Amino acid sequence: MARLSLDHVTKSFADFDAVKDVSIDVADGEFLAVLGPSGCGKTTLLRLVAGFEKVTSGAIRIGSDVVSNSGGSVAPEKRRVGIVFQNYALWPHMSVAENIGYSLKVAKLDKAVARQKVDDALALVNLQGLGERRPANLSGGQRQRVALARCLVAAPSLVLFDEPLANLDVHLRASMEDEFAAFHKRTGTTIVYITHDQAEAMALADRIAVMDHGRLAQLATPRELYHEPANEMVASFISQGILLPADVLTGEEGGHCKVRVLGTEIVVRCRPGERPRAGAKICCRSADLEVSADATGFDGRVKRAIYQGGAARIEFTPAAGPDLTLHFEQADPVTLESGTEARLRIKSGWLIPATGAAS
Amino acid sequence: MPTRIRESRGQEMVLTAAVAVGIVLLSLLPMLRLVKEIVAPGGSLSAVAVEAGLKNPATWIATWHTLVVGIGGTLLAVLSGTLVAVLVSLTDMRGRSALVLCYVTPLMIAPQVTALAWLQLFGPASPFLKLFGAAPPLGTKNPLYSTSGIILLLGVQYGPLVFLLVRAGLRKLPRELVEAARAGGANWFTVLVTIVLPLMTPSIMAAAALAFVSCVGNFGIPAFLGIPANYLVLPTLIYQKLAGGGPAVLGETAFLSVLIGVIAMAGILAQEVMSRRRDYRISSTSLPAEPYELGRWRPVVQAGMWLLIVLVLVLPLFGLVLTSLVPGYGIALTAKTATLDNYRFVLFEHDAANRAFFNSFWLSIAAAFFAVIVAVPVGYLIAWGKQRWVRLLNLSVELPYALPGVVLAIASLLLFLRPIPLTGIQLYNTVWIILYAYLARFLVLALRPTISGYHQIDRALEEAAQVAGAGLFTRLRTIVFPLVAPAAVAGGLLIFMTALSELTVSALLWSSGSETIGVVMFSFEQGGDSNYAAAISVITVAVTFVLMLVTNLLAPHLPSGVLPWRD
Repeated sequence: MARLSLDHVTKSFADFDAVKDVSIDVADGEFLAVLGPSGCGKTTLLRLVAGFEKVTSGAIRIGSDVVSNSGGSVAPEKRRVGIVFQNYALWPHMSVAENIGYSLKVAKLDKAVARQKVDDALALVNLQGLGERRPANLSGGQRQRVALARCLVAAPSLVLFDEPLANLDVHLRASMEDEFAAFHKRTGTTIVYITHDQAEAMALADRIAVMDHGRLAQLATPRELYHEPANEMVASFISQGILLPADVLTGEEGGHCKVRVLGTEIVVRCRPGERPRAGAKICCRSADLEVSADATGFDGRVKRAIYQGGAARIEFTPAAGPDLTLHFEQADPVTLESGTEARLRIKSGWLIPATGAAS
Repeated sequence: MPTRIRESRGQEMVLTAAVAVGIVLLSLLPMLRLVKEIVAPGGSLSAVAVEAGLKNPATWIATWHTLVVGIGGTLLAVLSGTLVAVLVSLTDMRGRSALVLCYVTPLMIAPQVTALAWLQLFGPASPFLKLFGAAPPLGTKNPLYSTSGIILLLGVQYGPLVFLLVRAGLRKLPRELVEAARAGGANWFTVLVTIVLPLMTPSIMAAAALAFVSCVGNFGIPAFLGIPANYLVLPTLIYQKLAGGGPAVLGETAFLSVLIGVIAMAGILAQEVMSRRRDYRISSTSLPAEPYELGRWRPVVQAGMWLLIVLVLVLPLFGLVLTSLVPGYGIALTAKTATLDNYRFVLFEHDAANRAFFNSFWLSIAAAFFAVIVAVPVGYLIAWGKQRWVRLLNLSVELPYALPGVVLAIASLLLFLRPIPLTGIQLYNTVWIILYAYLARFLVLALRPTISGYHQIDRALEEAAQVAGAGLFTRLRTIVFPLVAPAAVAGGLLIFMTALSELTVSALLWSSGSETIGVVMFSFEQGGDSNYAAAISVITVAVTFVLMLVTNLLAPHLPSGVLPWRD
């Protein structure tokens, strides 16, 4: 177990920066998820930490040792990291026990000791008695467990997960999520978990690093990401947040300020020290919208109503902003349908900090 | 300034250096030596060798002949190979795998064996024709001793080569392109002519270039069919000059071999130019098109295809077997005259033949073994390496095989005519020079399947071993080699089959004591002992068939396309 720190890490391929100036500190025993759309640089980040790619500039430390900087790179086999690969990467020509015991064999550990460790690892992932099987004869979930056992048997200082659930069906995902959480609790290992699935990241991680176009967009707890996104990208990426243009009318007071949105004045949450400014944006969630029961709110027209069982997803275009689309749910009985004129009200929201503001 | 980190990449450096040294020794060195002989014979720049070669009328006659049989053989191979590929790939013909197996088999048989088999089939002494009393009278000229005979056999030999490439191309043809044309109202034949064949241009061109290089460099067929008619092509001219003049004429033959190389390269360049004239790229991948229903023509087409198999494979081999059973030249084969004496003679009595079997077997095993061992690390660098120069590496391994065998043989002679500097070891006139040439020439046969093996393996398997703490050599031994072994070993078996009855290279490099099977077969035939030559041929063909069966056992573990005869 060790802390991991990335210090202004940049990785360029020819004329393209896959990772740009990323700094992350992962505490000892922390579970960090790296979340982002495909092509955001999260896999490159993992490969940099593992040592498969060399940094262009910046430095990576595991524990107190510098493992990568522009002066060189410690080979992956010397880093004592464990990886659970997306497609498990189990060696087809070896049995389950041989797969798990490989790193011990490479380290020339005494055979009896090694066998005991392999048995323990198998027991830890509930695969007792399957040591002689070939990986090809295992189910997807079992393979995933073997990969987990193989990675933990070497007692790595750091474990990297590369989208480990991407190849499993929905039911298996939920149970493997539980398994990973239990694994983290039991071993207390520092974990970096790469994923594009927000629900997965939210459920598992202590903190989430959201990546966008090679940059770190925000590093925060799941709750903070949802409620207090640091920029427009995070706001819209996490749970399909709705971005609306706003003018800040009053300075911050008790964590709130008054803004004008779509011609109406409302109070939203904000960072301390916000001052009145124009051209700001607020983020609100579908749960923050409701059909107005009185004269407050703004008018518009329902663009589309998609019935989804028990409730309908309503897409709504406000009259004050014909280019905007707001979406929210209306529970049964659904009264809105395509073309209906309606008046909506925003209950709450979050004022997105001005760009460049310190996080 | 960031501190330097100890990277421990030592094993990677060692591997890279070893591969580079090996490739330089096997591929670049002989070619450079050959070029030096042309440009600067004896150490100083001079055009004497080139001028002497250009002045000799024999050069021009042989060049003309080479072009005639090269282009003729290529045309025949392209027409027949493409036709068979279209019929096999695009129609609902039955018995496809068996047909592919039989049609491709001649490719696995050495050219001189093909030549011998056909000669025995049509000659005046043909035991086959004698069965019906249809043989021409003794003393008449065999009709195959002619330009058209050589072209015919080159076409037969390399038709399957074209077939394989065009079939691979047809398999990638997405069905939407065909279906869109049919929906547009085109009938099947129109689709074939306006859509399928134009899209196949790159495949057909590549196949034609390959067939041309093979035809131009072929030694076995023009040696067996052309020398008796005094119809010399460049490879046989080189052979005759060396056989008559020895090392003294090496400079002259070096010029001739470069000439063959230039002709071969011209063929490859022509293909490049032709393929670039239009955009033939197929962007989508999808299922192959529904096969065209032949309907009532199906039995006819099938019968035609099997008739072709009988003509190109069954009859020649049958003729070969019959000849090997006849006690002497011109004697009719009956139940009474049939004998196994020829086999007994070549296997147990004839010294040179005995040596040849021994030599060829161990040469082939050594070449195959070496190639498998080398192909794994070289393939690793080419398939998974990050360095830019690996493309160059790949190219330089391909070079000795892409160029006709005669070129490499002459280059090896020049390289080893004198003892190796510093060590004083003499390879010339020993069997080792043949081994060197085999290693250089056949390495690529194991490398190609190994590289396609690498492309099928998930790199994460190696990375997983790396994070488990395994160094490069440990990974190569415990993870990478077991995973690519089937492909590499299949390549090794292909090398063994090719090298076992190889003639082109050994005909120029052999010396007394270092005969190969191909050389002994050739000298038997030249001495008029066709029966012995046939017996040896039958043995090599039998060994080849057995090996093909053995290799088939590996098939489930191989990337598709590694075993040419598997559909």
